[in-house]
Formats: sequence, structure tokens, C-alpha cells
Amino acid sequence: MSSPVRLVTPSSGASENGVARTEAEIIPYPGASPAVADARKRLDVAPLLDKLRGIVLTILPTLLMLVALLMVWEIACSGEGATLPSPSKVWTGSHDVIMHPLKGIELDGFGFKIQDGGDVGIAGHILTSLGRVGIGFSLSATFGIALGILIGQSKFAYRALDPLFQILRTVPPLAWLPISLAIFQQAQPSAIFLIFITAIWPVILNTAAGVQNIPATYRNVGRVLSLNPFEYFTKIMLPATVPHMFTGLRIGVGMSWLAIVAAEMVQGGTGIGFFIWDSYNSSLLTDTIVALVWIGLIGFALDRIVGWIGRRIARAA
Amino acid sequence: MKHRSYLALEGIGVTFPTPKGPFTALRDIDLSIEKGEFVALIGHSGCGKSTLLNIIAGLTRPSRGVIFLDGDVIDQPGPDRAVIFQDHSLLPWLTVEENVRLAVDKVMAGKPRAERRDWVMHNLDLVQMAHAAAKRPGELSGGMKQRVGIARAIAMSPRVLLMDEPFGALDALTRASLQDAVMAIQAKLNNTVVMITHDVDEAVLLADRVVMMTNGPAATIGEDLSVTLTRPRNRIAMADTPDYNHARQEILQFLHQRYSNPADKAA
Repeated sequence: MSSPVRLVTPSSGASENGVARTEAEIIPYPGASPAVADARKRLDVAPLLDKLRGIVLTILPTLLMLVALLMVWEIACSGEGATLPSPSKVWTGSHDVIMHPLKGIELDGFGFKIQDGGDVGIAGHILTSLGRVGIGFSLSATFGIALGILIGQSKFAYRALDPLFQILRTVPPLAWLPISLAIFQQAQPSAIFLIFITAIWPVILNTAAGVQNIPATYRNVGRVLSLNPFEYFTKIMLPATVPHMFTGLRIGVGMSWLAIVAAEMVQGGTGIGFFIWDSYNSSLLTDTIVALVWIGLIGFALDRIVGWIGRRIARAA
Repeated sequence: MKHRSYLALEGIGVTFPTPKGPFTALRDIDLSIEKGEFVALIGHSGCGKSTLLNIIAGLTRPSRGVIFLDGDVIDQPGPDRAVIFQDHSLLPWLTVEENVRLAVDKVMAGKPRAERRDWVMHNLDLVQMAHAAAKRPGELSGGMKQRVGIARAIAMSPRVLLMDEPFGALDALTRASLQDAVMAIQAKLNNTVVMITHDVDEAVLLADRVVMMTNGPAATIGEDLSVTLTRPRNRIAMADTPDYNHARQEILQFLHQRYSNPADKAA
């Protein structure tokens, strides 16, 4: 097959100083006719089928399990004195909640607006909650990484702070509630503090472990090259620590999502945590179940997104 | 005034504190190395030869003694004493070219970008690794990684090149080809080199002088042998010469009769 790039020698002015200049000209690839392309597509079907089979084989057990679980649940809760609504009752009882998640969200131009209070669909509540988690988790990521690097680098800081962190990290989100309310007096900052304080520990501890586990040889490379602290930080410490850091961030984002229900018990009005609290108070158990499913799915997605970003950064670093 | 060699170790001793009292690893090391000399340090495991190399690199501080390099006292690490580590220690998140450039940017700060780039490629070329410039260390074999490690070190144009068992982790055939590469580079650049090795043949093949260390604790220099074989050396032609066999014999006697492996005695 001939090459798609052909070297041509221009006829005029090319041999100045006795040096022949060549220029590249791109000519169409001879194999690119529609018939050939069709043949290629047909050939590509086999691996595509293989891939599809792979996907089905991965998902099928999950789907079967789901169906089996729903059936068991349905049978177990369809009796007269069942305390928990069965899946079919959830479907009928919360039909509106399931089918109209976007209620109360107005799209305007590029953004969206969520109606204040009143009747908002579940997606609106989730977006509000995600906003709070976004702020709280960003704060934990920032302070957690900074503190983690500090205690990872300095033995003194490690000995001073690690015992404190080990004790504080076991305190459940709900236990922080009265304290954060006492500190901030207002609902909004208290809720964000609650998310922040729940998510920060794994970020700190994993970042610190990452810094402590930088191989001695990498450190020696830095010393032999006489890298200054800033160069050492950007060229060696940060890239060597990124995988650990993202392990911490991944656990952290999961925990910040866990804290949302506790956080929104303080801050009423909107949010998925408030929605659960509210549906419980109004004895709408089917709504609570729908919200649980949504919380699980969003939490799963957050975990995957942070994991994906971590892999991308580790590869690019 | 007394003449001081290019690299001079004077009265070096290392003592570590341990719970059972101070432990002396090295004592009374006096070693003078001239500019352009290739010195091999050989000794059994645990004799403190790596500690000695780290002291020259400035990575470890001696408890006693002073080191002079071209008249300057050495008390901290620096790019003028490039180290080739046994485990190559390339940074896995950088490409081959970026690994070398990290060192070059440091020693050639202020030079134009194009010049630094050319210098990186020139040194990769010296170790025949220019073709892998865009690869990451993870994609290379052990021997290729160590070639890049050598390129990074020589690209720093160090006053002394320190090699810590550079080929210890490689198989025999790869090791031989890297030894040849080192000889070829040495013929061009005539660096001052201190190399640690376990390998008697490697020491004789590469070095102008083989410094033999006694067993620890309190290890010191036991013998200092000049290898007078002419350069360029060829491993095949040399293997049959009396000079080569004599040098080899001397070292083997030192290592296996006078100071045999402490682990054997314990067994």
C-alpha cells in the first residue's frame, strides 16, 4: 500500500545553496473508499459482539439478584400485618415521587432554579444536598490534604496530632450536631461543618500515610538533585502521594454523603436528608424507601466519579 | 603544604547509637582518589560500603573525619556528586526524557530551553536510550531503566560519579552489556568514579583501583589494588591474560581467605 504522505520536490526555487528542499503534501488514503470502509465495519462486528457479551455477563447476575430480592421482599411484605410496604405498594404509594423527580426545577438559560420550599421533586432535594456536600467536601479535601501533608512530613506534628485525629475520627456525624449548632448558631454553616468534619479524617490519614510511604530512594533523588522544597513538593511528593490521597478522598466523599441526613436534620426546608426526615414525620414510609434508593445510587456515583478522577490524575501526573 | 587528592576522605568513621551502646560501622577510612580515576569498592555484605558511598554523596553524615572534593569540604548532598542507585530510582510518573530533564533543569538552570533539551537527548543517546525518550520507566526492562539512571547521572556533569551496586539487580548478560556501556562512556568522558560492587570480575574489568574493605563491625580499608590492565579493555581478550588473573586472584584471596564472609563463619 502506498503511503498517505508523499514527498514532492517543488520545481522552482528549491535548490537554493545547493540544498534540495522537500515539502510534504497530503494525498488521500487509497483505502478510504466507502466500500472498503463498509468491509471494515463488518469486520469490527465480531469484537463488538464479544464486548456486548462481556457486559451482559457482568450485569446479568446483578439483575437476577435484584429481581430475586424484589420478589422476596414483595412476598414477605404482602401479608395483612406487614409493617414494611412491599415494592408494589411503594410503586403505587409514591408514584408521584418516583415519576416526577424534576418537579419544582426551572431551567433558565444555562442553569437551573429550585423553587423555594413547598412542593419540590426528589431531584431538587438531591441537587440541594449535592450542593451542600460539594461545599463541605471541598473544605475537607483542602484542609485534609494540607493537614495530611503536615503530619506526614513532620514527626513532631504527627506525634502531636495523630492521637487526636484517631479519636475524633470515630465520632459519628450525629454526635457533632449539637456542637456544630453551638459553634455556628445558624443552620446552613452547621450543616456544612457537619459534612466537613465527617469527611476530613480519611483524607488526612490517607494523605499522611502516602507522604510517609514515599520510598527513601525518591527522597534521595530529591536530595542529590538539591531540589528546593517547592520543587520537591511538586515533582516528587505530590505525584508519589496522589494514589493515597485519592483513596482518602474516595472514602471521604462517601462519608460526606453519609453525613447529609444528619446535616439536613438541622437545616429544614430542602435536601434529601430533610426529605427523609419529613416523610418519616408524615408517615410516608414509601417515600422514605424511594429516597433511600436515590441516596444509594448517588453515593455510588460519587464514589465512582472520585475514583475515576484519581485514576486520570495518577496516569497524567 | 601537603598535596591533597581530587577526592580525599580523611579519617572517616561512623558510629550509630544503639540501645546496647554505640555501634561502630566504619573507622579510620583514608582514601585518596585522583581526578579521572575509576575506583571500585568491594567487600562482603554489611561491611559498610554503601554507608561510605552515602557519606561521599552527602546523604549520610560521618561521625568523624572530613571529605574534600577539589578542595571543598562536603557536608550535604548535591548534583556535583551524582548517584546511580542500585534500584535505578527513576520517578515512575515521569517519562524517560522528563526524568533526565529533572536533573538537567537543575544543573543547567538559566540555560536556554533548547540547549537543555538537546543535552538531555545527547545523554540519552550516550546510553542508547534516545529511542525510549517518551516512554515511562514501567514500560522498560531492568537494564534499560538502569541505562536511563546512568544517563540522568552523567547528564549532571558531576565532579564525582557514585555508583551503588549499579548492576546488582540485573541478570548476567544484561549486566555485561551495561558494563560495556559504562566502559565506552568512561572512555569518552573520563569521569571520576566510585563504584560499589560485589562482583570481582566487574571490579577488575571496570576499575583502575580496587579498594577492598574488611568485615564489619568497625570495617575499614584492608587492601588497595591497582589494576594496570590497558584500556580499552575487552572482557574476552582480557580473561586469558596474566595481569587479569593476578588481579582477580588477589581480590579473591582477600575476600575468601583473609576476610571470608562473616555469614559463613556463623553457619
